[in-house]
This record gives sequence, C-alpha cells and structure tokens, in this order.
Amino acid sequence: MPDTLAIKRISATPSALIPLESLRSGGPVYSKLVDISKCIGCKGCEVACKEWNDLKVEQTANFGSMQSHKDLSSNTWLLMRFNEVEVGDDLQWLIKKDACLHCEEPGCLFACPAPGAIVQYQNGIVDFNQDQCIGCQNCVSGCPFDIPRFDKSTKTVAKCNMCIDRVEVGLEPACVKTCPTNAIQWGIKEDMLALAEKKVETMKRRGYEHAALYNPGGVGGTHMMYVVPHGDRLEDYSLPAHPVASPAPLHGLSVLRRVGSYLLGFGVVSALAHFLAVGPESPEDEAWEPKP
Amino acid sequence: MAISRRTFLKASVAGGVVVSALGFDLKPAYAAVRQLKIRNAREYKTVCPYCAVGCGTIAYVHGSGGLNTTKTIIHVEGDPDNPINGGTLCPKGASQMGLAISPRLRKSPMYRGAGASEWREVDWDFAMDWFARKFKASRDATFVEQDSQGRTVNRCNGIAWVGSATVANEDAYLITKTMRAMGLTYIDHQARI
Amino acid sequence: MTNHWKDIKNADVVLVMGANPAENHPCGFKWALEARDENGAKLLTIDPRFTRTSAVADKHLQIRPGSDIAILGGLIRHILTNDLHHADYVRAHTNASFIISGDFGFEDGLFSGFEEAGSRYDKTSWSYQRAADGYVRRDPTLEDPQCVFQLLRRHYDRYTPAMVAQIAGCSEQKFLEMADIICSTGRADRVGTIMYAVGWTMHTVGSQIIRTGAILQLLLGNIGRPGGGINALRGHANVQGATDHAIVAGILPGYLKVPTPEQTTLAEHLEASTPQPLVPDTVNYWGNYPKFMVSLLKAWFGDSATTANEFGYHYLGKPDGDATWLSIWDEAYHGRLEGFITLGFNPLLAGPDIPRLLQSMSRLKWMTVIDPFMLDSAEFWKAPGMNPAEIDTEVLYLPTTHWIERDGSFTNSGRWAQWKEKAIDPPDGVRSDTWVLSELFWRVKELYQQDGGAYDEPIQNLTWNYLNPREPLLTELAKEINGYDHATGQLLSSFGQLQADGGTSSGNWLYTGSYTEAGNMMARRGTADPTGLGMHHEWAFSWPANRRVLYNRASADAEGRPWDPTRAGIAWTGREWIGDVPDYGRTTPPDAAGAFIMTEEGVARLFSSQMADGPFSEHYEPVESPTVNALHESVPVNPVINWYDGVRETLASEGDDFPHACTIYRVVEHEHFVTQNVPLLVEAMPDFFIEIPEGLAAEKGIENGGRARVWSKRGEVEGVAIVTKRIKPLLVNGRTVWTVGIPVHWGFAGGTSNTHASMANLLTPFIGDANTRCPEFKAFLVNIARAEPRAT
Repeated sequence: MPDTLAIKRISATPSALIPLESLRSGGPVYSKLVDISKCIGCKGCEVACKEWNDLKVEQTANFGSMQSHKDLSSNTWLLMRFNEVEVGDDLQWLIKKDACLHCEEPGCLFACPAPGAIVQYQNGIVDFNQDQCIGCQNCVSGCPFDIPRFDKSTKTVAKCNMCIDRVEVGLEPACVKTCPTNAIQWGIKEDMLALAEKKVETMKRRGYEHAALYNPGGVGGTHMMYVVPHGDRLEDYSLPAHPVASPAPLHGLSVLRRVGSYLLGFGVVSALAHFLAVGPESPEDEAWEPKP
Repeated sequence: MAISRRTFLKASVAGGVVVSALGFDLKPAYAAVRQLKIRNAREYKTVCPYCAVGCGTIAYVHGSGGLNTTKTIIHVEGDPDNPINGGTLCPKGASQMGLAISPRLRKSPMYRGAGASEWREVDWDFAMDWFARKFKASRDATFVEQDSQGRTVNRCNGIAWVGSATVANEDAYLITKTMRAMGLTYIDHQARI
Repeated sequence: MTNHWKDIKNADVVLVMGANPAENHPCGFKWALEARDENGAKLLTIDPRFTRTSAVADKHLQIRPGSDIAILGGLIRHILTNDLHHADYVRAHTNASFIISGDFGFEDGLFSGFEEAGSRYDKTSWSYQRAADGYVRRDPTLEDPQCVFQLLRRHYDRYTPAMVAQIAGCSEQKFLEMADIICSTGRADRVGTIMYAVGWTMHTVGSQIIRTGAILQLLLGNIGRPGGGINALRGHANVQGATDHAIVAGILPGYLKVPTPEQTTLAEHLEASTPQPLVPDTVNYWGNYPKFMVSLLKAWFGDSATTANEFGYHYLGKPDGDATWLSIWDEAYHGRLEGFITLGFNPLLAGPDIPRLLQSMSRLKWMTVIDPFMLDSAEFWKAPGMNPAEIDTEVLYLPTTHWIERDGSFTNSGRWAQWKEKAIDPPDGVRSDTWVLSELFWRVKELYQQDGGAYDEPIQNLTWNYLNPREPLLTELAKEINGYDHATGQLLSSFGQLQADGGTSSGNWLYTGSYTEAGNMMARRGTADPTGLGMHHEWAFSWPANRRVLYNRASADAEGRPWDPTRAGIAWTGREWIGDVPDYGRTTPPDAAGAFIMTEEGVARLFSSQMADGPFSEHYEPVESPTVNALHESVPVNPVINWYDGVRETLASEGDDFPHACTIYRVVEHEHFVTQNVPLLVEAMPDFFIEIPEGLAAEKGIENGGRARVWSKRGEVEGVAIVTKRIKPLLVNGRTVWTVGIPVHWGFAGGTSNTHASMANLLTPFIGDANTRCPEFKAFLVNIARAEPRAT
C-alpha cells in the first residue's frame, strides 16, 4: 500500500532544496483539471470547500457583482471570480475558480522560514500547518499567484489544502466531487494532462483557436491546471503569463532570510535566526514588507 | 528514508521531541492531517430538497442509532451511484446540511390573535384544537350542498389549501385525499408560480 | 419533461429558452454540456438576459421579455419555407393531414368564434371535418388547403425574420443564425431538445409558448426520441409529484378531472371525461378513464364506494368555476374566503402583486401556516406598512419536519420517483406533516360526530386503514397509491390491471407499479445502463410504467425501425419491441395504431382545439408592454385572459411613466426563499440586487455597486445595482427598449441577509395565462432611478 502522506518537501529544511526520497511509494501524483469552458460559476465548489473544511461564514455584501467576496481570505480558500469582457460584439462572461494551484515548485514553501509550516507531499499537495506558522507572511510574497491569506485573529496564514484529509483516504477534494458540470476533474497528473489535450481539441473544434492548457513551467507545473478557452487573454482570468518560483538563486534580503531559515531548521539557536527571518518588527506589522 | 506524517506521528507518540538522523527537529512537520470527519459515520441515502433535478445525496450521521443516542448529522454530499447527478451537487445541495440544522428551525407552535402585535407560544393540543374548530366552523358556514340550479355540488367555498411542492408524494397524496373529502376546491401549490 | 435529465446528453442541438438551467438546475445541466462536448452538440440560449447558462453556450440571442412566440413562430416559418421539417415523421406521427372545418379562420389577431362579451372562443369552427364513417377526413398528400399542414404554413407565414426582429428587438441576422442551427434537426440522423421552465409558463400566453415549442419539435420530428423532447425543468424537489398527486385546482390524482356541477352523475362525468376515438387506428388510452376514476374513488372511500352511491362520486366537491392560485387570492381579496391553510410554501412572497396579497390576507378570518421555518406569510401582519392593530386575521403557526427527517419519495422533472431514507429524527416539539394532517382529520371528524354540521358523510367514510391512524407510515400510503386487487388483496403491478367495476383500487393510476408485491420500486438502486442512453430502468421508478421517454413509439418510423439506430428509443424486432418500456404493448405490432397513444387522434396535435386561446399560437404582448403589437394593433394582448375585478387599475396605462421592460428570476445560490436560512448561501449571494444594463445605468447616473430604486404601478424595491454588459438595449418597433432584471429571493421576515423587504413581487401584475392562470411574472413595466447609499 502506498504511503499517501509521504512528504516531499518541508519548509525551512534542506528538503525544501533537495526533495526527500521515499522508500515506499508515495502513491499517485494527483492533479485537478479545471475546464473553464464548462464552468457555470455556480459556486458549488466554493460552498463545498467551506462546508467540508468547516471554514467560518463571513459577512459579505454585494458590491455590484455576482461574485460573493471581493477576495480570498483565510476563511475563503476558493473564490469564483467573474469578469465581463467584450471584444467587438463578442461578449464573454469569464468565470474562474481561484484557489491554490499547488505548484510543483512551491514559492510559498521556498519563502517560508518556519520549519514544517509548509509541507509538500509526494502526491503534489502543498499544505500549510497553522500550528507551526509564525505569521511572517513570507509565503504570501513568495506565491506568484497571490493565494495565501493572513488571518489576523490566529496570526497564521491559510489556503486550500486540496482536502488532504479526503485525498489521504482515496477521495477526491470536495470541490471536485461537487462540481455539477464536471468542469473540475481529478486524477493522476498524466491522465489529467491527456484529458487536457482532448479538451483543448474540443475547444478548438468549437472555435476557440487560442485554447490552451495552463500548467506553467516557471513553477515546475501545477497540481491544479486549467484549460482556458482564451489562452491569449490570460490576464482576463487574472492568470499570470509567466509565474516563477524557484529555491535558487537566492538574492537580496531573501538570502539572509533563507539562510536564517535553514539555520533555524538545523536547530541553531533561534534568536538570531528569528531576527534574520522575520526582521526586527513584529510579524503583524504589514508595513515591513509590502506585498508586490 | 521514508518520511511521512504517519511516521512522524509514531515517533512523536514514542518519544516526544525527536531529532531525526537528518539532524533537524521533525516535530514541527507533523501537525496531523485532520482526520476524515465522516469516518465511522452512518450513511443514509436521500434526495436533495431543492430543485427537481432529483440529485441523490448521502447524509453522514454520528450516533450509533442505539436507544440512548440522538443522531447528529455532520455532513451531506452527493451520492455517486445516482445516475442523475453522479455525486455532484450545486451550492445549494452542497450546503444542505445548513438547512437541516439551521438555527432558525422552529420548535413550537405559535398563535397570533386578532389585532395582536406579537406571537404567543402555544402547545400542540391547543393548536390542533383551534385549527380543527376553525376549520369546521368555516366549513359549516360556507358549505354548499346544492347550487342555485339545484345541482348537488357538496363543496366548501370558504377554505383554501395551498402547498406543497416540497413534501413527499405520499404526503401530497394524503393532502389531496383529505382536503377533497372535506369538500375543498380551492387547492393549489407551487406548480403555477 | 417528456424525456429525463440524463437523456439530454443524447442531443445534437440543445435549445435553452425560458429557462436558466446552469443556475436553477446545475446538476441536470451537466448533461447539456456533455452533449456539447461529447456529441459536438450546439448549445443555444434565447433569453432577455445573458445568464450563466449563456456563458457556456455556443450562441446567445437576447430578446425582449414576452416576445417568445414571435421567435418560435419565426422558427416554424423558417422550417416550412425552407422545407426543413422531418417529412416522414410529420406524415406518420402528427395530425398534419387532418382536415379542418371550412369555417375556421384567423383575422386581425382573432381566431374564428371569438365572443367579445364573454372574452372567450366558441370553438365550433376549430374542429375536424368528418367523413361518412364518422372519422376525421385526412389528406396524406398534405396538399388540401384546409389540412392542418397548410393552415399551419399560412398562419405562421406572417412571422418573417423582419417581423421577429421588430417584435423581439433582436437582429434579423442573429435570429437567422440561430434558426439555421435549431432547424437542422429535421432529419432522421439528428435530434434536438428544448429545455424550458417558468420563463415560458409565466406569461399571459404561457401555455401557447409551450405549444409553439411543441409544434416546432413535432415538425422537426424530435418528440419521443432519445435526445429530443420538450422538457419542463421544474423548480421544487417534488413539484412534479405534488402535481401528479393533484394538490392542484381542477385535477385529481393522475390528471383525472375534478367533476363539474353540470356532471350530475358519475356516468355523466365519465362520459364527458372519456374521449372517443377520432380515427379508427388509435389506442386512445384515455378511453380507460372510467377504470382510473373508479379505482381512485375505491381507494378513497373503500367499502363506502358502491355502485349504489356511484362509488362516492358526490363526496367530491364540484367547484363553481376556476379555483386556481389567482382565484383563491381574489376570493380572499373580496372577503369571501374565511380560512387559508398553507403547508411547505411561502405564498405571500410567491406573489404576484404583494401589496394586493397583503390586503387579501388581512381580510381572512384565520390562517394556518405549516412549515419548518417561520415564514413571511405567517408574519404578514408585521410586513412593512402594515398595522397589526388593524388586522383581525388570527394566525396559527405549526413547526413541522423537513425532508431529511422523513422517508418518502420525490418525483423529479424527469418523472423519476426516488425513495429517500430518513436520516435524523426531528427535534422535540416538531411534528410531521402526516401527523398534522391526520390530527386535523381526526379532530374534525370527531367534532362532526359530537356536534353534527354540514354534510360530513365523505369525512366519516374516508378510508383510513393505517396501523397508526394518527400518523400513517409513508410506505402504507405508497401502497395505497399503487393500488390493490380486491379479489386477491395483492398489490397491483400495472395500471393495465385496473377495473371500472370496483374490483381494484388505486390512489393514482400513474403510480401503479411503483410499489408492488416485489417491493418498493422507487427505492431501486440498480445502476446498469444497457442501452448506453442513460435510461437506467433499474434505478427508482419512472411513471408511467417505468417508461423513461414519453411517446417513445414516435422514436421509430411507421414500420417500427428507429429513426436513428444509434439512438433508438424502441425498436421492433419482428416479434417484440426492445429498448425503453414501449408505449405499445411489448408485442403489439407497429402498424396496430398511431404512435401517440394518449390522443384520440392517435397522432400528435399540430392543431389543437384543447386550448382556450387558439388552435395555433399567436404573439400577444404582455399586459404591460413597452410597445404596440406589430402584428395587429387592435388586439394587443391575449383576448381571452381573465381580468379580475379591480386589476386593470393596477396596470400601467397611457400617460404613466414606466418605459422599461422588467423580468424577475432566480439565481443559483438560492432556492426561492428558504435558503435565506442557510448561512453559507447567504454568504455566497448576500443581498437583493437589481441588474441594470450599462447604457441605462449611465443615463440614470447609477454606479455599479451603488444603489438603485425600481418601481412599477404596484410597488417599489431598492437594492444594490449590478451594472452589466450582459443586457443590451433592444430596438423594438423602432424604439429603444431597456430591460431590467430582478431576483426573487428576499423577504422581510428575519433572514441572515442584510437586505430588508425588497421583494420582487411587490412589482408584478395580478394577471394570468388564458389556460392555466399562471401569473405574468416575467414581463411587465417599471421605471428606475439612482438611490442614495444607505446609512449602515
């Protein structure tokens, strides 16, 4: 039996640089595949995510959109974003499921100075452990997709964990299970890549000549991939064209921070490390490192 | 070496803070993955209460079902065997547990008298007695056995029954049977609106 | 639905019109997307708004609310002028060849036989010509100028693309692009489906919109075939079942008819309700009406139903005219109704014209509201603008169980009755609907025994042989519905066994076979799909007779060969039919009778005298319209709708300033009003809003996310403005018309929403369809202005 929780990388340890090897198979490497051409923006995934993960209900207010929240939050890990785009007299209502993409090379994990606060599994899932999180929010700036969100009350950062409790026992994530139109599918990544190829062909047959798979190489590929009807208009879906995350090269202040992280990881006395990692200010003070 | 949360967990139980062969503290990494919340729950196959697609659902319930326990619903998700929805659910369906346990569900009959500005809580015996007496009084007052042309019509003109498209077939049938036998003809439900 | 949800995957063209399944039926809509991506089907939406369904459609056509018949009429003309109909199907399976009376005609917006005084039609001229043998004259060449086919061609010839565009406000070219796709299925190897919902029914011409859709589908040969049909998408979990079991004015369970005062004996009722064959080769299945009716009376009155008392025929009330929704409210409005009972329903918010409904409720003596939640309807005396001290209506609220605390069956849109298990117990203090109903029955019955009163014989004689008479089991009721053979005491397995002599009982003939000696068929969970077409005969029970596609005989040609062998509904092997449960007997040969077994014609009706407002459809404007009727100015609206007293004064009239078309609708995050009790859904769609086209918003100075006010002659709402590109201005009869959209989901009684008392039905008119009196919620007039931000 595979070890469905076999770990690949642990933040602020050498494994962040050199992935761990497993003796036992880590089981299937999974991916979600989101077919935007089949998404009806029903928010089934958004609601199922909150229901399964027991995330708190937030007070929302309509701000002139079908969209429920203006942004992701530590209690809303998945948000349907709505965008009306008109090219000539061709009106497109672009609806995108916004949530963690679970990068193969996770920028959040590379940036994290707290050992074990971010873990990547062999199956592709990148998970945050709030009880190890020190609230520094380096992961927020490390993420090329602007996904993790800081929670002021617990002073930790949170995001989609791909329903790892379900995946561990062989169930698909809640958003996948619930999706009424099969716009979100789940399986081993190779199968999803093959399916994506078929979907791109279907879209091209339907007249979307720029249809494309979104599985960006700059982050080593992702474990939530999109098939996008308008591959030439990624910005309309708020998808960065060239996201990058890499453990190296290290430069600038981040060098010191990362060195600090590893020192911390290796058990060196933490005061210096903490200073290096999070700087002299308190982590809640957002002024010390504005988000890009 | 194989490292996983399971091995971490074992190590933790055995020795508290553990330093691995790699030389770093492993404890931080094993904040345990949340256990599957529907583990050991009893499953009941039901149907979504909202639209008429008829999605199959599974209600996950805690409590053994024994005499001394009250069953607690903890989760509802789609029934993958159902050929209509194949396990999927829309946002309404996916949150239907929120309806099942809504804090706004009521537990007591209420009565509002003529001209009153507030409700008064009443018991079921009062409620059903009031209901039956009002029903009979209006039926008696408005019943027409024969119309102006002398034809037998046996109808109750003064009471209307509406609803419901949300009850089971068997209750729907019993409503029709009972109300038609009472002579009501003003009978309708959500089909028209 | 003639077909069922999963069957939509078999289509080549999916036309969504008068529906928004991506939002209101998402899990059923998956099968439309499956057709789109796996069959290469075209998915089309025709709607006043670009909806979330339109977002994934291949093409969308925006039309003015209330212009549906113009569009559909234009499609019929497109078929007939370009010979796109499925000729073999039309000849074999419709009344195209039937010859109509020479007196039939249509002129200046009126069919022949119009009686101005009664606002009704004398339908004598809408009849078939008869031959010497008494049967209808037919012309198989379809060339006789009085045959249905030729009359149809002449009637819809006025619906030119230019006329369609002028009425609906769309471009001629875009209409024709749509028409080419929709009308591409008039061939044996192609099939198309129509998905519709209350966007079609909620008009003063609602029934005729549906008929026009049916005519279109018949011309294209799409009825009875897998992947075809005309499919009503219904809005509540058991709206289909509650209709089948007749919590409906005018019908009894199984679509039997409520007796009328003129039918003074059972024999007269049966004679009036049992159709006579119009051609020699028809099954005329309704010829069995007496068996169904007598079996129903036996189920209800048991041993008290005898030949001596006409099986208890006079135990049934015979209404004095229409008794539907609007008439109920009209009775209350005029103070003639004393008591009002509502169960599992929020009738006040359901509308229309909430201000009028509030007055009507205030004139009741008493009201009982039975529901798991406290409802706006129960608290109408607290509604904004109401003064409780002046309202003498007594109100009783009874908290009852909801779906998950009970077993029982729900019948979905596709006619599948699915049994559900009880998952949890109700909390202390909460009773089941069955208990409340039984308790009411027993207490009323006992009061009559003690005190006497108005004719109580039917109450005393009503069968109630349940093991616990104060709360019958739903399985006991399911068996009663299925029915018994009294000679053997066994449950029946088919409605073919029902008898008119009192030897059988059945509470609803359509459900005979749903609970047999073999067990509860509705609880079946077999997932096999040997046809590959998604029929799943071993899953649950589909009425009638577990048939999955209605009229499936029409899926094959005259010889019984499927039109399309890759999507065969049923097929004749030479000895028997295989595939779906056939309309015919399993071994009845294909030439035995016409394909449409439920009609006395044996075929489907392109021309029908059953409707109140015409044997064909005609475009009439909504009662509140921003324009004239371009086809006939002298007859702008449906001439035979019922005008309740005092309603004309509540409609916008000449000189009033209500220039904009308005339509109300539902969104995916809510189901009517009940989901205001679900925090996650309130979070997902928190507030009442108003959908406003960009140009109109600019003109009025309304900003996206700001506030707007909308008012009609009847009421006013205020809410957040969603300014959108998805609704365009329309050029209608040479004038620009804007459309405003308003969702229905909000009320005034509590809720976790921060929206208060913005109810869409404050705006809607109190007027209904000529046939069903379904209110015209979908097309009326409003004005709009910017509103100032609210202090919070």
